[in-house]
Amino acid sequence: MDNLTTITSTILTSFLASFVEIVEAFTIVLAVGLTNTWRSAFTGTALALVILAILILVLGPLLQLVPLTALQFVVGVLLGLFGMRWLRKAILRASGYIPLHDEEKAFREETETLANQRGLGRADYLAMIAAFKAVLLEGVEVVFIVIAVGSTKGLTLYASVGALLACVLVLGAGLLVHRPLARVPENSLKLVVGLMLTSFSIFWTGEGMGVSWPGEDFAIVVFFVILSAFSALAINLLKSSHSVIAKEQTL
Amino acid sequence: MKIFRIIWEELIGMFIDDGALALFALALIALVTVAVKALGLDPLIGGGLLVVGYLAILAESVHRFAAKKRLS
Repeated sequence: MDNLTTITSTILTSFLASFVEIVEAFTIVLAVGLTNTWRSAFTGTALALVILAILILVLGPLLQLVPLTALQFVVGVLLGLFGMRWLRKAILRASGYIPLHDEEKAFREETETLANQRGLGRADYLAMIAAFKAVLLEGVEVVFIVIAVGSTKGLTLYASVGALLACVLVLGAGLLVHRPLARVPENSLKLVVGLMLTSFSIFWTGEGMGVSWPGEDFAIVVFFVILSAFSALAINLLKSSHSVIAKEQTL
Repeated sequence: MKIFRIIWEELIGMFIDDGALALFALALIALVTVAVKALGLDPLIGGGLLVVGYLAILAESVHRFAAKKRLS
């Protein structure tokens, strides 16, 4: 049971987090391909993938040298900073304090920037850099998530499967519709991912400190429930205060 | 070189968005770790403090952001 909980939550977290990141990278690569040339889009993507592969090849063996307790602690701390950042943003987005992420808008903005650069002599280079940057930055987050949720229990392979599935799904859907995947409920997914990453963080940081959680791995699910209840409450409270401001501003 | 600077800033941004949130989280983890490892606090109580601390830090961060928005 414990193993199944851990494996399922590892694959699911990796899949959902990677899915969101890949959707964002896909939007930029698509904008580059459609506005500039597909050659620029693919060159930038390929270069970024090479750097990501090097990163994995270097980090993988290095992580095996770190003692497990230290690894759990460091991963827990980093995951805490990373996960709480996602969760904070998701709560503020859901309550209306910051605008929701919009792939159509991101696509439009990137397309406009690339179109403005079209007259320049190095337009192809700039377009290639845009694709490179998007894939590298979102890819680094995917690599971090895979390592963070997988390495501490030797489940990197399962975490990689989750990320790979996300990649195949996004690229498949992208090839099919040939436009930004704006219908993906990105903001809700980000909230769920933030909850999952923060739950993992509490679990690993605690284990790194020597905590034997009651229920062992099932504690992750308990943290998820506690954080979900907290987030729902925070969203409701913030939503009501935000609607009061909105009303006051219209009067 | 500008691209590397942007990438570096984005990498830092992966972990630090609200500086105070990051600082409070690190301080909480450091305090609880010292209490467990050096002062002999029961690790499970330390774990509980971690959960409560994370919630308090998140609540403070979103509340501070909302209050700032209301004032602007």
